[in-house]
Amino acid sequence: MPAGMSLIVKTVARLAVSFITVFGIYIIIYGHLTPGGGFAGGTILAAGLVLLLLAFGRQRARQIVTHEAVITWDCMGALGFAAVAVLGYVAGGFFVNFLARGEPYHLASGGTIVLSNSAIGAKVGAGLFGMFWALAAFRSSRTKEEQP
Amino acid sequence: MSSLLPLFVIVPLAAGFIAPLGQFWNQTHGARTVRALALLAGACLLAGSLALLGRGPVVCWIGGWPEPGRATVGLSLVVDGLTELLLVTVNTIAFLALLYSWSYVQRFTGQVLYYCLFLIMLAGMNGVVLSGDLFNVFVFMEVAVMASYALVAFGVDRSELEASFKYIILGSVSSLFVLLGVGLLYNLTGQLNMALVAQHLAAREPTPAVWLAAGCFVMGFGLKSAMVPFHAWLPDAHPSAPAPISAMLSGVLIKAAGVYALCRILFNVFGMTSPTGSAYAHVLMTLGALSMVIGVLLAIGQWDFKRLLAYHSISQMGYVLLSIGVGGAVLAAGGSKTVAGLAVFGGLFHLVNHAVFKGLLFLCSGAVEYATGTRDLHELGGLKKNMPATSGCCRVAALAIAGVPPFNGFFSKLIIIVAVAAAGYWMLAGMAVFVSFMTLLSFVKVQRYVLEGTPAHTTAAVREVPFPMQVAMVGLAIGCLLLGVLAPLHKDRLITPAGRVLTDERAYAATFQPPTFDVTIPEIAARPDSQERQP
Amino acid sequence: MTFGTLPYVLALVLMLIGLYVIVAKKNIIKIILGVLILEHSINLFLLLQGYRHGGTAPIRAPGQLDTEAFAATSVDPLPQALILTSIVIGLGCLALMVCLAVRLYERFGTFDITRIRELRG
Repeated sequence: MPAGMSLIVKTVARLAVSFITVFGIYIIIYGHLTPGGGFAGGTILAAGLVLLLLAFGRQRARQIVTHEAVITWDCMGALGFAAVAVLGYVAGGFFVNFLARGEPYHLASGGTIVLSNSAIGAKVGAGLFGMFWALAAFRSSRTKEEQP
Repeated sequence: MSSLLPLFVIVPLAAGFIAPLGQFWNQTHGARTVRALALLAGACLLAGSLALLGRGPVVCWIGGWPEPGRATVGLSLVVDGLTELLLVTVNTIAFLALLYSWSYVQRFTGQVLYYCLFLIMLAGMNGVVLSGDLFNVFVFMEVAVMASYALVAFGVDRSELEASFKYIILGSVSSLFVLLGVGLLYNLTGQLNMALVAQHLAAREPTPAVWLAAGCFVMGFGLKSAMVPFHAWLPDAHPSAPAPISAMLSGVLIKAAGVYALCRILFNVFGMTSPTGSAYAHVLMTLGALSMVIGVLLAIGQWDFKRLLAYHSISQMGYVLLSIGVGGAVLAAGGSKTVAGLAVFGGLFHLVNHAVFKGLLFLCSGAVEYATGTRDLHELGGLKKNMPATSGCCRVAALAIAGVPPFNGFFSKLIIIVAVAAAGYWMLAGMAVFVSFMTLLSFVKVQRYVLEGTPAHTTAAVREVPFPMQVAMVGLAIGCLLLGVLAPLHKDRLITPAGRVLTDERAYAATFQPPTFDVTIPEIAARPDSQERQP
Repeated sequence: MTFGTLPYVLALVLMLIGLYVIVAKKNIIKIILGVLILEHSINLFLLLQGYRHGGTAPIRAPGQLDTEAFAATSVDPLPQALILTSIVIGLGCLALMVCLAVRLYERFGTFDITRIRELRG
């Protein structure tokens, strides 16, 4: 039996994942202006990737988003957040805003908030997808043992 | 110096997130690099915490948010005597556990993830003792405890999974009660900064909401510090973890996330000299005494080496809580400050000593398991012939915990018993002596079955453990000796300032310094928010 | 009981339901759900601390740059930040609990905690 779901689901998923990813990125980077931010946007990104996994099956999803990619995005997200915090020392203290604060209500008005949100979004997205994938992979490896 | 305080949290956190990247490399090279990185991080933290000793109250405000005049919106990290003591203890035991892990963890798969979780746990513990903000204490405690849930289940065998599941359910409930207490205090005072909450609580008379908040904190942090009605997770969780993690859990996690947080909140935020103070003190005393007795009575009948040590952790934490509770009770009754100071000193000294000798005992039990493959006392025996370093360290640790001079346990237990008796609680002092005697019995049993006797056929061909493990154990054994013998030298740098923080409660609230910043932001000077901007 | 205390009563009821499920149910998944319900109730309680009767959402509308007037009418945004952190912590905890449940099923063959009792004494 071919992995994944039917052709209709696969086609719609291909379209939907693009929009979901863009929506997730929008929620992340507008986090200082509208409700959302890093965690909410990251969850949406992870949901898009989970849709990929459900529609195409584990093998194909692993080719698209490899195990190494998940771990790398995860760690880079955390290290990016730490880097933003440590770079604050340039401006006088830990986690101090070192970018110019632009005009209010514009995208570039949050200072380092955008960077922090992006880092958190990457981490949460990669982390949640990795969790889901690990549980799915675990279940499949176990049922494989049970099959004669 | 004060602005470098967040590095105590950031260094292990960053190292912990660089660690999983080591998986991509070659298997052995990746693990070796991660091991060295973790040890380096541990060494830097140890050096930093030793450099911080005696620097007095230091307050670091994070983020550069100036005080707008209505409410303090920043997070603060506060270092005073108690924090310095805990930082040195946590980072020393962590460094030695990392050194021990160098060889011990090679027998596990997933070494890289072990180091990642260990470093995150270390970051969480450093954060708990440094934080000056109530909610931050909760967050860092959760970080540390979450890593420990995963580490308890690290060797994914049946008993480890069961122990970790029990631990995670009970730990989650207790953390949620801590969060409830934080919410109640926010409702009562409108602040989250611990010094400001202390000032607000001192200025109002106690309502039932204050009692409820205190009760929530006792329940929440009491579970983390394994006080008796809340101890049920510890005898399952601590033996199931790998040995260096058991040393960290029993040695520092129950102290940093449990006893430290409880004492900081009850003494410095709620206040023992407030009208409700004597109730808090008596609760600590009663639960401490119960922990002492129940822990040791349950420990004597154990035949699993690590489970016996875990029950003794409960008992020794009972000593610490009893002594600190007696100090609080004397303060609340307006009694002699000398007696209160002595009781608190004894409790904190015993806290440090317990970290050292219990850490050493768990490392020795890990060495025994590494060499023989078993933890059952029935199957061990005669190890002193083939494992001289391990058996010497085990003997030192057993004598220290039993309270035999000249090791450190004797001095701290003596001070506790004298202080409790001087405060007038003769029954409790007698119970403390009785528990000490039972501890001695229990460790005579351990020495008889592990070290003495004829080697069983399974243990006849053992060899000594690898060198890094020996170095870590010998280091802790030397610590046991020096902490006891050199007590008059180190007490004024390490323990007396910490005790003074607890007995002189108003000092913590007085350390509150509003943030003053001198930050330069490129190209925009500070502008008032109410200025309308034309698009 | 006025209308204003009703959300607090809800939080208390949810708290008690969560505690009951953790204590009385035998299935691991139900216990995990009990922890989740307890966590939601405490988040609800924390969120209620910031409520102001007739207040607006703590988002500045375009053109509303006066901080004093904004702070006088909006609800307190601090508890919202606190529960966001708490929700994330709860999510991490939930993921770990589910992984443990899956592994426990693999080792013991059951989700019944009365049959997962190897560690005693």
